[in-house]
Amino acid sequence: MSIRVSRRDLLKNLAIGMTAGPALSTISAQAAEHVHHLVEQERTDAGGTGYTPKFFPPHQDQLLRTLCEMIIPADGETGGAVEAGAPEFIDLLTSENSEYQMTLGGGLAWLDSSCVDRYSKPFLDCSASQQKQILDLIAYRENAAKNPELGPGVAFFSLLRDLTSDGFFTSKIGIKYLEYIGNTALAEFPGCPPLPES
Amino acid sequence: MPEIIRPGKVFDVCIIGSGAAGGAAAKVLTEGGLNVAMLEAGPMVHPETDYKEHVWPYELDHRGAGIGGGAFTDYTKTQFMAPNGYWSIEGEPYTKAPGTDFQWFRSRIVGGRTNHWGRIALRNSDADFRARSTDGCGDDWPISYQDIAPYYDKVESYVGVFGTKENIPSAPDGIFMPPPTPRCSDLVFKRACDKLGILCVPSRRAILTKPLNGRPPCHYCAQCFRGCKTASNFSSSQVLIPPAMATGRLTLITNAMAREILVNDEGMARGVSYIDRTTRLDQEVRARAVVVAGSTCESTRLLLNSRSRQFPNGLANSSGVVGRYLMDSVGSNGMGYIPALEKMPPHNHDGVEGMHLYIPWWKFDRKNDFLRGYHIEFGGGRNMPSAGMFHGVCEQHEGYGLDLKRHCKQKYGAFIYMSGRGEMIPNDDTYCEIDPNVVDEWGIPVLRFHFKSGPNEIKMAKDMQETFRSIVEAVGGTYLTHTSPEGDSPYGLEKGGAIIHEVGTARMGKNRRTSALNEFCQAHDVKNLFVTDGACFVSNAEKNPTLTILALSWRASEYLLDQAKKGNV
Repeated sequence: MSIRVSRRDLLKNLAIGMTAGPALSTISAQAAEHVHHLVEQERTDAGGTGYTPKFFPPHQDQLLRTLCEMIIPADGETGGAVEAGAPEFIDLLTSENSEYQMTLGGGLAWLDSSCVDRYSKPFLDCSASQQKQILDLIAYRENAAKNPELGPGVAFFSLLRDLTSDGFFTSKIGIKYLEYIGNTALAEFPGCPPLPES
Repeated sequence: MPEIIRPGKVFDVCIIGSGAAGGAAAKVLTEGGLNVAMLEAGPMVHPETDYKEHVWPYELDHRGAGIGGGAFTDYTKTQFMAPNGYWSIEGEPYTKAPGTDFQWFRSRIVGGRTNHWGRIALRNSDADFRARSTDGCGDDWPISYQDIAPYYDKVESYVGVFGTKENIPSAPDGIFMPPPTPRCSDLVFKRACDKLGILCVPSRRAILTKPLNGRPPCHYCAQCFRGCKTASNFSSSQVLIPPAMATGRLTLITNAMAREILVNDEGMARGVSYIDRTTRLDQEVRARAVVVAGSTCESTRLLLNSRSRQFPNGLANSSGVVGRYLMDSVGSNGMGYIPALEKMPPHNHDGVEGMHLYIPWWKFDRKNDFLRGYHIEFGGGRNMPSAGMFHGVCEQHEGYGLDLKRHCKQKYGAFIYMSGRGEMIPNDDTYCEIDPNVVDEWGIPVLRFHFKSGPNEIKMAKDMQETFRSIVEAVGGTYLTHTSPEGDSPYGLEKGGAIIHEVGTARMGKNRRTSALNEFCQAHDVKNLFVTDGACFVSNAEKNPTLTILALSWRASEYLLDQAKKGNV
């Protein structure tokens, strides 16, 4: 709670600084960073994602989560797309974009119905090897070139892969996985470590 | 905050627009003692709450991808960008003639497009002011480099620009702060350019590396595009408007959409009619002189919409040139994959946003396949992860699973980007005019654009593509951009307006039959009317225009101040 109070106070002070004089005020880089770290802390304190899917119904949400994790799985080093919040991110964007609704909503339905045709059961009920078999078909453009029936599946998987990568690599664990260092206030920019010969 | 203006109050000057040109005019005129009203079509900017500086993507629900992923196709839709800069504004359309593809970036906020620009601050060279004398195309300016140089000095000294003295004829030196240390991607370019005999020098950017007038230096978070809470980069809203405000002589009227410049019976400007966007009521500001600084095409629209008995073709337009000679920069982009960058250990690569080094026009001393020149801006490397960053890698690698995950990590930071920015020669098929059939939601007739690139622009884009490829290959990389000589975008040539360097539609000149303004941006037809933004340009050198707009507006404003003191306006 003390965090919230100090954040509010800080924001209030900023607001006073803003309206007190006619000139635009500026704040120090440290203060700017401080505000954001507090906001971040507050979100973490709230716990969990608390997100209710806005577009995908429960059975499609379940399928979406499974596919996201298959696209970017957890490994010994770090969590995967589900821990990174990719399904929530994808659901939010899809709820606002009719093209995504068609490609992703339709694509999930296409996947299930293709699995029923091939294996007589929806994707989530298929064996691991059956799941791999169908994903290996729709994960590559050249398969659609050979077999146009796979076209909708390939288009669907391509968009899902893009958005899953976004969801993962913009998350806290994804950014850490990439070993990005930055988004801080530096007094001096250190420049480039020795560049290897190309 | 809307200002209450006493009925009958007459300001010395009314400035329309608060960007680079408007901000410079406001500073010079108010500090010179004049009472100034400034109309801005958008609201006030509040850096402390509006700017997303230091926010991580995961702190936003949309991760910076914008509502519905809108930022993947229109970067202004990301919630990270400084506010109110748009490729399209609801209720405020513009139209395009058949066969024209044109994009128009507009801002609706105090500071205008200086909130959003790249802070690339390049001086025009001596040759840039006398293009016609050099190669017979376009026109010469009525001023020389010597006329504007003192104003480049004043602007750079006040706003703060980093760079180095290099003595390159095509890229005059200025008054520079020390440049930031190069990052890895900059050094890749430097290495390639050294091999190829291409100049590659510290860039010139309006970002502080030393404290200046109470503004702290850059803290190297690479987020200029989001707006800078510490005002360490230049924007009119944070650097020029505050000193004007501090004089007590600036009345800033926000959400004020200028409709028409009003004239009296003698044909002199007497004020500006505008619509208050918050109330939809028409209002009027009275002034003894008017400075039009709404951005090139908005200013043109306002002049053309200011028709009266004395000025049936629009104001300052007895020559008929207003709207003509529209130019943008010639743009073509490229991308390369550099294996050497894959080997870099994790390190802070942020720096100032954008390039620390750049490639000035280097082939000024030889005959080329095309007239004029271009410079190259570049970037790449281990930038903060963002939505969309791995789409290309996913597209190329395909598949899924741990292999994809590790592949993305391996490729992170190994890509570089290049943007060629060249000089366009004006042509008769490229102009803007009032569309007689369409008004915006404020009832103001809108602009219709006509845009065509000529053979010189296409040859220049070809040369850019060849240069990009040679740079990437010189450091053992793979050039990834594919362009075709055919189609709508030969050699990757960007559509008109895409580079956001549109200028030239109310050009200055010595001859009042072939130009709208004199060398001080003063209308030939209306002595108390000045147009000080990019509309006054005669040619569009390969330099990004903002520094020159600042210098010209500063110069015009000193002249206006002098004339006002002598009682001539």
